[in-house]
Amino acid sequence: MNVATYNFAYLDEQTKRMIRRAILKAIAIPGYQVPFASREMPMPYGWGTGGVQITASIIGPDDVLKVIDQGADDTTNAVSIRAFFAKVANVAVTTHTADATIIQTRHRIPEKTLQAGQVLVCQVPIPEPLRFLEPRETETRKMHALEEYGLMHVKLYEDIAKHGRIATTYAYPVKVEGRYVMDPSPTPKFDNPKMHMSEALQLFGAGREKRIYAVPPHTEVVSLDFEDHPFTIQHFDEPCALCGAEQVYLDEVILDDHGGHMFVCSDTDNCEERRAAGHRGKLAGHALEAAE
Amino acid sequence: MPALRIDQVVEQLGLAIDRVMGEGSLYDKDLAALAILQARGDLIEAIFLVRAYRTTLPRFGNSTPIDTGAMQIERRISATFKDLPGGQVLGPTFDYTHRLLDPSLLSGLTDAPEVTPSAPESTPRVTDLLNGEGLIEPDFGAAGEELNQPVGDLTREPLEFPLDRDLRLQALARGDEGFLLGLGYSTQRGYARNHPFVGEIRIGEVEVELDIPELGFAVSLGRIKVTECQMVNQFKGSATVPPQFTRGYGLVFGQAERKAMSMSLVDRALRAREFGEDIKGIAQDEEFVISHCDNVQATGFVEHLKLPHYVDFQAELDLIRRMRGEFEARQDETALREAAE
Repeated sequence: MNVATYNFAYLDEQTKRMIRRAILKAIAIPGYQVPFASREMPMPYGWGTGGVQITASIIGPDDVLKVIDQGADDTTNAVSIRAFFAKVANVAVTTHTADATIIQTRHRIPEKTLQAGQVLVCQVPIPEPLRFLEPRETETRKMHALEEYGLMHVKLYEDIAKHGRIATTYAYPVKVEGRYVMDPSPTPKFDNPKMHMSEALQLFGAGREKRIYAVPPHTEVVSLDFEDHPFTIQHFDEPCALCGAEQVYLDEVILDDHGGHMFVCSDTDNCEERRAAGHRGKLAGHALEAAE
Repeated sequence: MPALRIDQVVEQLGLAIDRVMGEGSLYDKDLAALAILQARGDLIEAIFLVRAYRTTLPRFGNSTPIDTGAMQIERRISATFKDLPGGQVLGPTFDYTHRLLDPSLLSGLTDAPEVTPSAPESTPRVTDLLNGEGLIEPDFGAAGEELNQPVGDLTREPLEFPLDRDLRLQALARGDEGFLLGLGYSTQRGYARNHPFVGEIRIGEVEVELDIPELGFAVSLGRIKVTECQMVNQFKGSATVPPQFTRGYGLVFGQAERKAMSMSLVDRALRAREFGEDIKGIAQDEEFVISHCDNVQATGFVEHLKLPHYVDFQAELDLIRRMRGEFEARQDETALREAAE
């Protein structure tokens, strides 16, 4: 009976080469979705197989990997993917954004500004920004080819007509380098401005849908909007309850069944670093200590 | 309770093994059995395990096309002819059995059903018999493409719609049995009806051969069991093609008759474009069928909803609170105005 053995970083070298070619093409045409021969991975489709394939193809023994989900290093799927690469590639892993050479993420971009030399790998469920306006791939590819994005503007306009505002809060469409409309993956629109002129390379992998796309460093990324309804990001009314940070994305944590809740940083690494540096929010624990 | 052994699974759950090998696209009974044990009998999970192993295997060549005409027949039936060269061979099947639970099995499985040894006489394929009269489209299809041209591989190249039939058949062969069964069934109930007859179903072992360039001829790698279904369908003809029977084709690893039949119904439905037929049923819609027939993809994406989504949910929560705030403010305003009037 065959005993299963696996290559460095799981994928065989031929597959990695194929994926690297797709990545190079994606970098050459910012925002364009490059079809690639996505492989079955040992985690389910929809759980980050696109991101895992990109990471597996670009990771080397000297890389330092950080994996986050919902902004946090300690969510189950992030832990699982980090453990996978620690096992099959035996690479160093970290939770510190600044120390990582590759950051694989689902649904967030870290708060700390990314630097040149870092690679952000986003996991993408539905890479096609036009998919929910037109379900057919044959049609949407044509629309991209002809730069026919009127449908998207009509959708955003209808939002304003119905709701008084653009009602898209995450996976908010962007235009890359003035050409392709791109889905930034389901990050909250709060993170869209971080993509603009970023020094880091941003790669996007959709495993089930077999697409890779990229935003190279120093690329223009503009969120779609209208002159009289300019793009805005979410603002929270209170700072993080643990580190007191403002102008960051917060998660709501339910405290009891009487509607009590607190807001804490979605980016756990950023929050920990701020607390280590002495920042305190209103529920950071000092109140309890004082009471003792 | 003593643990099940791999060989027990291989021998006693043979049809589950066949499904895992077929939809897992890897012909290895031991690995399929291991996957079924590891997945505690969840066949889609087992298929997933096999796929995730298969994908790491290097590809060293493509076999020459298997010759199902030279199959060592275990079972061969035709619904279109009462008798035919090679005969009707019932073989192992649940057909015509009474579905009564058998208490005698409580004391352990009886021996596996005896497999009838291969019919010694040659057993030509029914479609080849019909072909002699020119009543059915030849093997190379209505478009008249050549035999033995290279075939695509969706596990190595990304799919690009519209597809050619080779890739479609590959996707269907790996596709979920239940999904294809439902789609095949829908064509029988009027959603793109195509008047099918089972020309032939045959199950048995075939030789797999590989061309070795250094040797200049093909050598046998071994034998695999496959199920082949040739569905014969009506076609009224067109301006350029005379009226003739057309075909839907199903070919699956192991013994998987239900899957092979469903596959051939759906294959025929998906050839609508080729025959210039109206596309009226969902089974004829290539993008819909092929994009959704893979159970490993489907189960992954459906089940990913279990993953945390609270960052996006927070964004929606924020929006709905603001919109409700505005709504309530408007209500208050209206109430105030009405009270004032």
